[in-house]
Amino acid sequence: MAKRTLQQKLAILADAAKYDASCASSGGTRRDSRDGKGLGSSGGSGICHAYAPDGRCISLLKILMTNFCIYDCVYCVNRASSRVERARFTVEEVVHLTIEFYRRNYIEGLFLSSGIIRSPDDTMADMVRIARTLREQENFRGYIHLKTIPDAAPELIEEAGKWADRLSINVELPTETALKALAPEKSLQSIRRAMADVRARREVARETSHTGKRPGRFAPAGQSTQMIVGADPAPDGLILANAAQLYASYRLGRVYYSAFSPIPDASAALPLIRPPLLREHRLYQADWLMRFYGFDAAEIAPPSGMLDLEVDPKLAWALAHRESFPVDVNRADRELLLRVPGFGTRTVQRVIAARQHRTVRYDDLIRFGCALKLAQPFISLPGWSPRALPDDANLRARFAPQAEQLRLL
Amino acid sequence: MRRIVLPRIGTVAAWRAEARRLASAGVPAEAVLWQVGDGARDLFEEGGGEDAGAGTAVRLSRTALASIETALCHRDPERFARAYALVLGLSRGELVWGDRADPAMNRVLAQEKAVRRDIHKMHAFVRFREIGDRDALRRTFAAWFEPEHLITEAAAPFFARRFGDMDWIIATPDLTARFTNRAVAFSVTDGATRPPPDASEELWRTYFAHIFNPARLMVSAMTSEMPRKYWKNLPEAELIPEMIRSAPARARTMQEAAATMPDTRAARLAARRVGPAGTSEGDMTLPGLKARLDACRRCPIGACATQAAAGEGPENARLMIVGEQPGDEEDLAGRPFLGPAGRVFDDCARAAGLDRSEAYITNAVKHFKFAPRGKKRLHQRPSPAEVEQCRWWLDLERALVRPRAILALGSTAALALTGDGRDLSHRRGQIERDRNGTPMILSWHPAFLLRAPEKSTRDAVREELIAHMRLAMNLAGAT
Repeated sequence: MAKRTLQQKLAILADAAKYDASCASSGGTRRDSRDGKGLGSSGGSGICHAYAPDGRCISLLKILMTNFCIYDCVYCVNRASSRVERARFTVEEVVHLTIEFYRRNYIEGLFLSSGIIRSPDDTMADMVRIARTLREQENFRGYIHLKTIPDAAPELIEEAGKWADRLSINVELPTETALKALAPEKSLQSIRRAMADVRARREVARETSHTGKRPGRFAPAGQSTQMIVGADPAPDGLILANAAQLYASYRLGRVYYSAFSPIPDASAALPLIRPPLLREHRLYQADWLMRFYGFDAAEIAPPSGMLDLEVDPKLAWALAHRESFPVDVNRADRELLLRVPGFGTRTVQRVIAARQHRTVRYDDLIRFGCALKLAQPFISLPGWSPRALPDDANLRARFAPQAEQLRLL
Repeated sequence: MRRIVLPRIGTVAAWRAEARRLASAGVPAEAVLWQVGDGARDLFEEGGGEDAGAGTAVRLSRTALASIETALCHRDPERFARAYALVLGLSRGELVWGDRADPAMNRVLAQEKAVRRDIHKMHAFVRFREIGDRDALRRTFAAWFEPEHLITEAAAPFFARRFGDMDWIIATPDLTARFTNRAVAFSVTDGATRPPPDASEELWRTYFAHIFNPARLMVSAMTSEMPRKYWKNLPEAELIPEMIRSAPARARTMQEAAATMPDTRAARLAARRVGPAGTSEGDMTLPGLKARLDACRRCPIGACATQAAAGEGPENARLMIVGEQPGDEEDLAGRPFLGPAGRVFDDCARAAGLDRSEAYITNAVKHFKFAPRGKKRLHQRPSPAEVEQCRWWLDLERALVRPRAILALGSTAALALTGDGRDLSHRRGQIERDRNGTPMILSWHPAFLLRAPEKSTRDAVREELIAHMRLAMNLAGAT
């Protein structure tokens, strides 16, 4: 095999990495390089430096260290039985790409993942070496996200957490059964144990001992995970319940949902589908409701249920619970205001701040950032009363997509 | 009418000083004409002071000042006059900061938002090209960028924080920022200067083309965040039209391609592959217990937990201690009695002279049952059916350890061991026998100590628990 150029390797190993949805580069410790002795800054909200025509932001250099892999996960482009081209970066090549891209303001940092070569420990050790070189040799102060490999030795995880801002382990599939069927070498138990380990280490790293000394840093920007949606028959309710459990159990920063997408050289065991992008979008909306709006997973979708693709999950909940509406904007408590379609967390915050010294009127809502069209049927306040709207049997049709209505005509 | 001409560099700071001065001199907003100079001449003022009234001391909140100063980077020529009027109104208490009912306030806030977004996009879309010696101690980079508003000064500190170990120049149609030896300087731009592409740019374009997934084409999601107006200075943007055009065909090809046969390398790997470690089926020993428990799905609890907390202690322990179920910390570590209740347990054991490492410590239910609540897990009591399912494991532990006595903590343990978890208030401290006839003592679960609101109750419970521990130790030693 002819030796590949850096550009050829980059093409192969970016192709291999694109199915991971994670892109966050926010949070963590604040760092900068004003002292002139290093490169980079991080810790604020992340920046998306470019967008690809798939609508996904490009914030980090997202690559695989290698796409050689001894595992054979059916959904994965890099599985052992796939005939895709294979390549492997050296430590120096990844460091070079990261630094040169960063200096040109293309990226916020590095998101490094890898196929499993030889053994989990060997693979993890190489990834840790890249992170260490960036930090120690290049004085790189940008963002580093490492995909950790379940079953890697604890010392390696400890060191990975020392250099990286974020660690992540993908749960891959929503159920244990699906994982057994589609990713036979992976085990849900070792994935969860790895997450538990990261959470425990993070908690230790944040505790101050009685001498006032803090132990070393460990993944200050937390951990995240990804679930593939649509490769197995798990319904949305189950996916959300699973996500709620992961948030509670391992204090995850994010759960990413990735619509199962066609890959080159697919497996005969898993026929390709059009990626369920709308479903993925609804899952993210539902995830938001769980994290910031006080919704329980089961309220959004029953365990065996699917999310409504036509209207967003918050509106769907409101349409199904008309007895709770209209909400008196000047009296309702925060929890109820958060359930009004068209009211975001900022709107609710502004409403609560304003009504402490005066009555909130309908005209105020636009300035509070409320989406009036959505909210109208569900609120009452001076200047607006929805009259019979919440009882209107056709209320749903007002919000269903235009295309649907056109077809009806 | 006064005409105030502000400098092109340091415009906002100059406006602030002038606004303060004019306000204290009592100059009304409509009597000032604000302009920005051509760069050659610095700040100056023309016109008389005949219009001065009573002076106003400028009093602004920090957030108000920061917002107004950001909004002043907008290209709107009316911005200085509007901001000065706003400052007068706010200082005199005629306006409340943030009240969008006031049209001028609303306008300033909207402009602030537009400027903020523009600054954010400048931080994102400036593309440096190397113009100096690659091996120099401080390498030198340059960029040409066209922001929508006059934000070069406001956006520069970000680049100074981020690129501290290199020199850089960012030229815009208005101002140029130069960062040399860790100091930023601004000058009025003298003609457009686009630095030539460098070698790494081709690598970046390769990355951009290959991180794109043609099966998920969503052009509007891209353009809403990366509007076309920025494309002309983005080296990767010229690839976009072709990427969009060829995407549907590429996605179709992937879907239509028939699955191929794995190559010989894959076959070799498949032969070497082993399943996930630790399926020790049929291992009936105590050391093999943990792996089997982890995999237990006799009831639904196991599927939600991280792992089981198997019992721990010597195989020939005389005393067995049975609690309810693992909690949050026990679930993370896979060991019993570690969390807050575990610490209470250890404290009481120490007081009772009980050496934890000599007893066999376990739970009636081996997996953590919980309900997720945000980033917390709320403990849920296992149902009698779940306790019954898990008894299989407890029975196995009892058969392997064969303790002389058992200390049961809480009603779930009582239920598992005797089949009856009721009426603990009368049963506590009595010597009973479990299903197999082993003598056992029932006591409080240490978690009760954490929940009891009154200190007197807690003290009494603690004393009882310690006494029962001593009793159980005697029972285990004497029988």
